[in-house]
Amino acid sequence: MATIVTALYYLLTAFVAVLLAVNFLKRKNWQEEALYIIVLVPFLLRLLRLK
Amino acid sequence: MIRKAAIAGLGAVLAVLAGASFHRGRHLAEPLVAGPGVARVATLGDYFAPLKGGVNDAHVYILEGQAPGGTVLLLGGTHPEEPAGRLAAWIFAERAELGQGRLLVVPTANRSASTVTRLGGAYPPDFTVPTAWGGQKFRMGDRWSNPLDQWPDPEVYLHYPSRQQLAYVDIRNLNRAFPGRPGGTLTERTCYAIMELVRREKVDIAIDFHEAELQYPVISAIVAHERGADLAAAASMFTSSFEGFSIGVENSPKALRGLSHREIGDASGAISLLLEAPEPFLDATRGRTDRALLLTGRDEFVVRAGRRGLLFEKIDENGWPIDVRVGRHTSTVLQILENWTADRPDRGVVVAGVPRYAEVVEKGVGAFLTDPKTAPPGRLFRE
Repeated sequence: MATIVTALYYLLTAFVAVLLAVNFLKRKNWQEEALYIIVLVPFLLRLLRLK
Repeated sequence: MIRKAAIAGLGAVLAVLAGASFHRGRHLAEPLVAGPGVARVATLGDYFAPLKGGVNDAHVYILEGQAPGGTVLLLGGTHPEEPAGRLAAWIFAERAELGQGRLLVVPTANRSASTVTRLGGAYPPDFTVPTAWGGQKFRMGDRWSNPLDQWPDPEVYLHYPSRQQLAYVDIRNLNRAFPGRPGGTLTERTCYAIMELVRREKVDIAIDFHEAELQYPVISAIVAHERGADLAAAASMFTSSFEGFSIGVENSPKALRGLSHREIGDASGAISLLLEAPEPFLDATRGRTDRALLLTGRDEFVVRAGRRGLLFEKIDENGWPIDVRVGRHTSTVLQILENWTADRPDRGVVVAGVPRYAEVVEKGVGAFLTDPKTAPPGRLFRE
């Protein structure tokens, strides 16, 4: 069960990371772009199993 | 487009810098030079095969004397964020010579917990103990196993086998998961491996090194299973009379499950004891959480809390330096061994070469660590 939940968790993390990246590309304002990139960093670190 | 590329590039730099720091923290290799008393080095995986090769396949340094006697287990790193315990275990593994009996030393009982720091706690990733050769770096660690190794946490943690309800996060706390179970979580399997070690090696006394915040009532104490109450009381009396510091005795509560001082004693023939030293770094009222606080134990906000009567241990501007905390552990263990050997000469454990409190305070912990560059072939291990 824990393995399935963990797999789902990583899929969700990847999904949110993709959403953040797409939103970053859609933004026209540099402050919002910076915000999306900063929020994206911990998602990437988790996907890479660094934190 | 150029702006987007520049911001994405800055984000990538941020991710690489943060990722490199986390990677270093998780993989920093700490050298331990097996001392003259070490006859062989096993791992927890030798006692419970499923741990073999994994993150918690911790080293077990087995020190043997010429004369037969008893067996004592020293556990450091049950909570790696309490570094005096790991350093005391380090000193025993690197310095102790045995005249009688055996000493089993596990410096990093929960290795997974040593590879992460408190989430949101702004802990430093590591700390350095000053030595004659410049310093030895250690991982900071946390109280709980790394979520990268054990996840998800439940809503409520049901301790096995008592089914007592505990805080959800304590499912990753080695000192809430004893006696463990073979098919459980990583933390439970690690506890089970330690129990197998205790049972197979016929351990007489298991001593678990800890540190506590000054706002926690169980501090500067030997927490003793009821079968170890007399031994702890005698050690407390002798230590407090002759060593230059006071240490009390607390009875292991029968109703609080999962702790080493309760479960090791209940699930085996060993006497289980737990040592607590004061660590201001852990206090909720602390100021800046940095390496200096970890090593000096000096914090003006904790001192203020003490002036308002909010603490269970004294503190002043001198703080609680790491040398004092480690010295308390080494002296208390040596005193326990002396009292045990006097009472049970046939199961005695006689240790030489380990500094007592006054010597550790005078010379510093670093004086009793061994320079890894001087390690003889085959005697250098990485924790």
